[in-house]
Amino acid sequence: MTQNWPLWEVFVRSRRGLSHTHAGSLHAPDAEMALRNARDLYTRRGEGISIWVVPSTEITASSPDERDPFFAPSADKPYRHPTFYDIPEGVSHL
Amino acid sequence: MTAVTPDTGHGTGHDTDLGQLAAAFDAAVAADERVEPRDWMPEEYRATLVRQMAQHAHSEIIGMQPEANWITRAPSLRRKAILMAKVQDEAGHGLYLYSAAETLGTSRDELLDKLHAGKQKYSSIFNYPTLTWADVGAIGWLVDGAAITNQVPICRCSYGPYARAMVRICKEESFHQRQGFELLMALSQGTEAQHAMAQDAVDRWWWPSLMMFGPPDDASSHSAQSMAWRIKRHSNDELRQRFVDIAVPQAESLGLTLPDPDLKWNEERGHHDFGAIDWAEFWDVLKGNGPCNAERIGRRRAAHEEGAWVREAAAAYADKQAAKDNGQTEEARV
Amino acid sequence: MTGTDTTRDTTRDIPAAAALALGDDALILSHRLGEWAGHAPVLEEEVALANIALDLLGQARVLLSLTGDEDELAFLREERSFRNLQLVEQPNGDFAHTIARQLFFSLYQHELYGELALGDGPFAPLAAKAVKETAYHRDHAEQWTLRLGDGTPESRARMRAALDALWRYTGEMFQPVEGLGDLDWAALEARWLAAVTALLERAGLALPEGPRTGAWAAGAGRQGLHTEPFGRLLAEMQHLHRSHPGASW
Repeated sequence: MTQNWPLWEVFVRSRRGLSHTHAGSLHAPDAEMALRNARDLYTRRGEGISIWVVPSTEITASSPDERDPFFAPSADKPYRHPTFYDIPEGVSHL
Repeated sequence: MTAVTPDTGHGTGHDTDLGQLAAAFDAAVAADERVEPRDWMPEEYRATLVRQMAQHAHSEIIGMQPEANWITRAPSLRRKAILMAKVQDEAGHGLYLYSAAETLGTSRDELLDKLHAGKQKYSSIFNYPTLTWADVGAIGWLVDGAAITNQVPICRCSYGPYARAMVRICKEESFHQRQGFELLMALSQGTEAQHAMAQDAVDRWWWPSLMMFGPPDDASSHSAQSMAWRIKRHSNDELRQRFVDIAVPQAESLGLTLPDPDLKWNEERGHHDFGAIDWAEFWDVLKGNGPCNAERIGRRRAAHEEGAWVREAAAAYADKQAAKDNGQTEEARV
Repeated sequence: MTGTDTTRDTTRDIPAAAALALGDDALILSHRLGEWAGHAPVLEEEVALANIALDLLGQARVLLSLTGDEDELAFLREERSFRNLQLVEQPNGDFAHTIARQLFFSLYQHELYGELALGDGPFAPLAAKAVKETAYHRDHAEQWTLRLGDGTPESRARMRAALDALWRYTGEMFQPVEGLGDLDWAALEARWLAAVTALLERAGLALPEGPRTGAWAAGAGRQGLHTEPFGRLLAEMQHLHRSHPGASW
């Protein structure tokens, strides 16, 4: 029998109106304990009001090798950004 | 393979030329870009980081012991709360660092096994004993002070997870040094016996604190490469000098002296000169002959071994619950 | 020496006996949990146990300060003046003993503070804050009781031994504490027993069979009668403070 607990990734919402952000990881035997350990470890100083824990093995990540084909194509479409457009001075609320 | 436990960096999935990868890596690091867990990285870089992060994590965990030694004897309830919170932070910081190290594909269990087997090191400073209450103050002021001097530049380390862990740690540790200073101040301004206790602690912790920055630059085996990789930002001697310059005026405001007759301001250098460090003692403690090496590791190992049945029980319970849940899902399908 | 007077403190209308009873419980259990630092079975548990210890120490400081100087009360009273339950002074033992002690005490404290928070007595504000902390302590103890009880044969045996060993200190908890108002202690005890019974059943553990009080035990801690380990605890806790009379820290 293993005594090595699986790894969990912890996401913390620091206050209402903000999304959960990755805080780090920890070990726990199951989800319930992972939540509690996360509370103890990552919100000791009142850093959070909500926590998600996810087994690390359940995260599928994009591959760094495919970084270019994956993300480069979106870099050449400046018309998606508001700064692409010239607006005459004095025009407001745009 | 997941976002956090990469393969060990051999395969890239493509037949890319290693030399090209290495050149791209060097360029990115030189441009102060951050390296993230699943990026290609030289094996030596990975190994250096694992070694350094492990040593750092081990130091936090072993470092709990000399201070925990005084939790049950803290002389006021306010001090007791502060000390408990501080020792707890050290466990937390160890966890952040093990967690950062795990992003490189080495599990915490492996690292702990190496610590317990004496195959990985921790900061030698924790092999010195805490003999009086004032030692808690001296550790906060000098040992944490030296640690912070070392750690602040690591917040800009090239390896992302390590840098992020350090940002969090440095933020949390800012109270550690202050509480030590304040504790010593209370003693220094207290009764004669308290003042003497404070002075004695500073006398004992000053030199080991200076050794925390590691061997002098000309004798440091890993420094140059670590600097090139931006794991390290300043040399051992630079950081040591910075620490001395900060500590001298602080000692004055504490009303305590530093045990070094050669310590004096050098106008020309714009720094304090200080006496020769006893490197023979440093190497001796590092080799295992310090006053508490055996006790520290022994206690850590005992906690781990005595806790095995607890970890096993929780794992067994989780297995049973998972089996039950699966059973229920099966039933629902039928 | 001030603060050992267990009669009503007329200056602030705080029932001193009650402040000492609740404050000493929190102080002594916090001290015991502090002994775990560096010894916990897993690093995550170092952090958890320290959190609980810090909550309890915070409660103790508020409670003791209601009736005197917290440090004089903690460090200068003799053993016979302490009003804590014998349960909280029991040595940590293995992790199962610590969890059993936590389970019995946090269930008690949670029920008691829940009750006090509802009233308008002098302890209501403190209880309102503490009841949230104790809810977490209770949850921590319950989670571990389930895991140790329904974990491995070894963990089950250890948990059973721990529950049995500490069972005889649980009767004392429901001796009325002077100054806490007209609490229904019998109802409190019934709720406590029901909660323990339900949880142990979930954990696959039998309710211990022995008596819940011994020759010494009924209300003994509350009257300043303690067990042998308590003297050693105080010797360690008070030694430094007492060695420097009048010093500030």
